[in-house]
Amino acid sequence: MSFMPSFLISLAAVAVLFGIGYGGAAAGAGAVIGIYVPYAALLVFLGGLVWKVADWANSPVPFRIPTTSGQQKSLDWIRRDPIDSPFTKGEVVLRMALEVLFFRSLLKNTKTQLHHGKPAYATDLWLWLAAIIFHYSMLVVLLRHLRLFLAETPFFVTAIERADGFMQVGVPVFYATSIGILLGLLWLLSRRILNPLVRYISLPNDYFPLLLLLGIAGSGFCLRYIDKTDIVAVKELTVGLASFSPAADAIANINPLFFGHLFLVAILFAYFPFSKLMHLAGVFLSPTRNLANNSRAERHINPWNPKVKMHTYDEYEDDFRDLMKEVGLPVEKE
Amino acid sequence: MAKFDEMAFYDHKEMTNISYAPPATPWMDTPVQFRPGSYIYPGKARHLEYLGLPNAREWEVTENDWKLQDNWKQIILEGMADRLQRFRSFKLFMDICVRCGACADKCHFFIGGGDPKNMPVLRAELLRSIYRKNFTAMGKVMGKIAGGRPLTIDVIKEWFYYFFQCTECRRCSVFCPYGIDTAEITIMGRELLGLLGIYVNWIIEPAANCFRTGNHLGIQPHTMKDIFDDFATDIEDITGISLDIPFNKKGAEVLFVTPSGDIFAEPGIYTAMGYCLFFNEIGLDYTWSTYASEGGNFGLFTSNEVMKRLNSKIYAEAQRLGVKYIIGGECGHMWRVLHQYMDTMNGPADFLETPKNPITGTVFEHAKSTKMIHIMEFMADLIKNGKMPPVDKSRNDDCVVTFHDSCNPARGMGIFEEPRYVLRHVCNNFVEMPENTIREQTFCCGGGAGLGTDENMEMRLRGGLPRGAAVKHVQDEHGVNRLSCMCAIDRATLHTVCEYWAHGVEVCGITELVANAMICKGEKKREINMRFQPLPGAEQE
Repeated sequence: MSFMPSFLISLAAVAVLFGIGYGGAAAGAGAVIGIYVPYAALLVFLGGLVWKVADWANSPVPFRIPTTSGQQKSLDWIRRDPIDSPFTKGEVVLRMALEVLFFRSLLKNTKTQLHHGKPAYATDLWLWLAAIIFHYSMLVVLLRHLRLFLAETPFFVTAIERADGFMQVGVPVFYATSIGILLGLLWLLSRRILNPLVRYISLPNDYFPLLLLLGIAGSGFCLRYIDKTDIVAVKELTVGLASFSPAADAIANINPLFFGHLFLVAILFAYFPFSKLMHLAGVFLSPTRNLANNSRAERHINPWNPKVKMHTYDEYEDDFRDLMKEVGLPVEKE
Repeated sequence: MAKFDEMAFYDHKEMTNISYAPPATPWMDTPVQFRPGSYIYPGKARHLEYLGLPNAREWEVTENDWKLQDNWKQIILEGMADRLQRFRSFKLFMDICVRCGACADKCHFFIGGGDPKNMPVLRAELLRSIYRKNFTAMGKVMGKIAGGRPLTIDVIKEWFYYFFQCTECRRCSVFCPYGIDTAEITIMGRELLGLLGIYVNWIIEPAANCFRTGNHLGIQPHTMKDIFDDFATDIEDITGISLDIPFNKKGAEVLFVTPSGDIFAEPGIYTAMGYCLFFNEIGLDYTWSTYASEGGNFGLFTSNEVMKRLNSKIYAEAQRLGVKYIIGGECGHMWRVLHQYMDTMNGPADFLETPKNPITGTVFEHAKSTKMIHIMEFMADLIKNGKMPPVDKSRNDDCVVTFHDSCNPARGMGIFEEPRYVLRHVCNNFVEMPENTIREQTFCCGGGAGLGTDENMEMRLRGGLPRGAAVKHVQDEHGVNRLSCMCAIDRATLHTVCEYWAHGVEVCGITELVANAMICKGEKKREINMRFQPLPGAEQE
């Protein structure tokens, strides 16, 4: 599918979904959107996540295939690379931690350009930067939302808020991650649209989650800074949701925009396990990253190691015995 | 007039006029075009029959009808389902790609050709689109909107074209944030095509040869003996040393295995002769084998089952001969198989001992299970312990040497320092190529994974462009005239790549340079190198 239909379908889907949340609440279905939908979405999310990870885990890893990017362990006096060619479990954990926390492979990214048919390679960190800004902003925003689900705000949430609000602009405090998440997403979306090669490989599966997240972050931004809602009523609803005693009477006091936001969040949760967003869990299971490069020291077991037809030495000698004897090669049977 | 399977057919200007702009039509609506020079001939029926592979028949790539089984669709879908259950890598890599594009410009075929389906991400999407349509709920319901597409004969043709335009070099997997390895994708794609009897002859003939004769080239035992007798004669001419080259010797301490490509053609034979001279000089009790006369494994490019069948001979022969352990020569994909697959497939090798260098006493603990070490590990150990025969580096002074890390030893093993250590020990002039083109970022020769045949010349030259350009760079900057590498396929294909992209640079193995430099006990005054060319300085005298 070419860019325009892919993008427009995704945009329309997000707009319609937002409309359902917003309009539904305005039309008096706030309880459905504010209570039943989130619970259902959470169930789908948890169920789907467990199912998908179990499904992956059910397929064995028949061969030990780490991508080695550094010196192997061989002779004691040769300095080896414990991160890019991990030999022990601990070293694998370190490699994985750097991968998951700092997107280390993306940090190696280069850009290839041709100068009169000669390729030149330059470090290219823009994708890494956009990804880091988006993912960490998203994480902080998620953690900040804990305030809405817990009657007592945990100390670390307060601490994160203090750090995040370092700019201290106006009331309410302006959070760096409020803009970080939007910037990161817009950046990722624009490179997807503007870079001809990335545009060529992009599917609705790529535009939809980006636009969905933009819808969520954008509506959240509005709710906090522009078209504010009755936050006490929201907290009553959300704490109620978290404690499984939903407060339906709070709904009437909440801005319908909030329900647009909430509905998109519910869609994100329900969509997550069935989409590429599962890279979140998948990265931990990737056999090229999470295995030690020790396959000559410790035998890796393939549970389905197939029985196959071999050509044995005896069969080989039967084929060539006379020829072997002619040139004096030793044989088993004369 | 040159033909499409000759490099003179390809104009340099045209070959470097590369556009990375994708075509106007979406990739799903852009069918494959088979252009002579960019695809490989089909596997001949007799080789498939010999290996017992399905749907053996004669067919042509450019014919409309590929003579597939009537239920080919079912075969593919069942084959996918089966492999999704057996390979976590496959299932995971089908699901988690976010199409960020980090891999896009990392593939040598894309860099040198600009065909968007040679971007690793799109190569994988060729399979993923079928996976989504048939194995995911979203794809089943929403089809194209969820990135799915129906399985048609055009898809099979596209798979054939692009899964045989991937050399399984793993360069893209270094950069992927989730470690998605296109080699895994290509391996699966080729296994699936194999279910329909779709193989290329350049792979399946060597595989069938290897199954029968023990080596890819189909060299029978008596011929092999003759070849080595000639090696011995040549070595005597060069060094004055007459040596016995042991074959199928029971009770030897070490079995030596290396790719047969190196005993067959220049420049590999100089390396093969180098092995004989080296082992003789250090007095190692070793043997070659005619039965296990192949280190390489074209089964890796066929299916994991064929790989296992071909590889089984190495342990079987080691057991029959009663050796203590195995040393492997300089080869690329051979070491991927030995390092990452052999022990799993055909182990445990509990009839062997942990490799121990009888001269230095070093125990190679890192190979204590597989019981096989790389000759560069062995040589590096000798040098470090002062037990290497004395060398006269100046005998290699006619060479300004650079080193090409072969894909598999680099990204499927991690052997970077040992070869460099040995190289520095035997030659005075060693320079590295630019850092984005060596070590874990090394570029493929363009002919690995069974693509190094002349009918595929255009793709070989295109795929070889990044490597060739890096060689040209050090040729211009530092006067490099020798590209060393430890891979037999490299020695066969880089020769072409250098001739086209860096004319004047010759290719060699490391052991060839070792053999040049090594001062052997009782040798005559050396006047020529392993290539029968005068040693530097010898001409003036």
